[in-house]
Amino acid sequence: MCGRPRIGILAVQGAVAEHERALRAAGADPILVRDEAGLVGLDGLVIPGGETTTLRRVAGDSGLIDALREARRRGLPILGTCAGLIALADDIIDGDATLVGGLDISVRRNGYGRQLASFETSLEIDGIGAGPMEAIFIRAPIIERVGVEVRVHATYQGHAVAVSDGFCMGLSFHPELTPDPRFHQWLVGCAQAYAKASAAQNKEGFGVRA
Amino acid sequence: MGVADQSGSNGRTGTLRVKTGLAQMLKGGVIMDVVNAEQARIAEDAGACAVMALERIPADIRAHGGVARMSDPDLINAIKDAVSIPVMAKCRIGHFVEAQILQSLEIDYIDESEVLTPADEAHHVDKHAFEIPFVCGATDLGEALRRINEGAAMIRTKGEAGTGNVVEAVRHMRAIRGGIARLRAARGDELYAEAKELRAPYELVVMVAETGELPVVNFSAGGIATPADAALMMQLGADGVFVGSGIYKSEDPPARARAIVEAVTHYNDPAVLARVSAGLKDAMPGIDIGSLSQGELLQGRGW
Repeated sequence: MCGRPRIGILAVQGAVAEHERALRAAGADPILVRDEAGLVGLDGLVIPGGETTTLRRVAGDSGLIDALREARRRGLPILGTCAGLIALADDIIDGDATLVGGLDISVRRNGYGRQLASFETSLEIDGIGAGPMEAIFIRAPIIERVGVEVRVHATYQGHAVAVSDGFCMGLSFHPELTPDPRFHQWLVGCAQAYAKASAAQNKEGFGVRA
Repeated sequence: MGVADQSGSNGRTGTLRVKTGLAQMLKGGVIMDVVNAEQARIAEDAGACAVMALERIPADIRAHGGVARMSDPDLINAIKDAVSIPVMAKCRIGHFVEAQILQSLEIDYIDESEVLTPADEAHHVDKHAFEIPFVCGATDLGEALRRINEGAAMIRTKGEAGTGNVVEAVRHMRAIRGGIARLRAARGDELYAEAKELRAPYELVVMVAETGELPVVNFSAGGIATPADAALMMQLGADGVFVGSGIYKSEDPPARARAIVEAVTHYNDPAVLARVSAGLKDAMPGIDIGSLSQGELLQGRGW
């Protein structure tokens, strides 16, 4: 493989340093993204947990949301956790407009309740390594509907909590808060495949990675 | 679905990771003091990552005098209903019954705050006894570690609330960072004496010496009035900022609130800071700390 993939972390607000640490351990070079220019030349992206209203305000005003939509359309590998899952959802149930979109699910913000209902548990994970995984849910969004193209990797009390569509993964919990590296390793794997495909296409004259 | 369902398995609530986790999600954000539902909505629209519900902002507490207490539950509930972002509220230092009431209101974080009049001059609230997480103020590393030992899941430097003067916030952030740097440089066998000096538990002192950081998120508070103030605290190592009187004592609160939010995201980009600082109308007038008597300083409350 051609070195460590460059994986951006959307650094508008939220748990950025935790993803930075996890990505570095998983073999990537993390890059903090605060504007459109920061998205250029990335092999993958993390949209971290935080408040979606803050993301909507700061990133929406600057045109960063439009650039993120374009990156998702291009097929850039993306891991969205908690607020990042909400950002990726095509449908936000409480009436807010779609943020980035590109993942055919319906979510409800704070669907598990307020902070007193935040919890940790152990999940069986399908298709991302073997064995159970510790999962921390903080004022987490609940996935109410999953589209036919979307694969479910884990559920909790009847609701999907880890879903993917190709190189796009959304989680209602926080793998960056536990030592289990599997989801970050998954993203690094996708980023390497994406970088390889982009390099091949660039040779043929397509500027996919730009 | 081909996936083992976890139905029936119970999640564990109120764990340390769940408490500190919410603070981690607030990082890089601005927590704004609000006194009613309308201000809360303005704060949310401006991009605040949480609001602090209270009856009077610190500048007015200062002017009003008398005993400052926990806010009316009706007010806290009205603010809770008005926004979707986390809501915090303050209890008096050591007033564990106010904390019990706030927990029963199902707010998201309790601030055991020196801005209110202390209820106990020897003991802080035993924060381990609560499922709801606490944030506490600190002026130096020892105070921060004592609060963490009592169960605080988040720290904020105290600054001097309600003054619009950032000088004390800077002093306290530098004291904490300096204290951490000192522990980093100490030999292992010196950490016993350091712990004694800091009046902090040895285990926490060792943890800080090894990691070079506090074990919980550390925001800055007390006197932040401009986007530049907020960015200054971020560059000094704050994980985020609390802004109280600085917003609603200024001439154009919504514009100032938005500008401070952007300044915290782009704290290392002077061009953005220049843009968001322009045309904001007047900041809050502010108070020279030297003009306050020792008894008027809030930062000396708590130990």
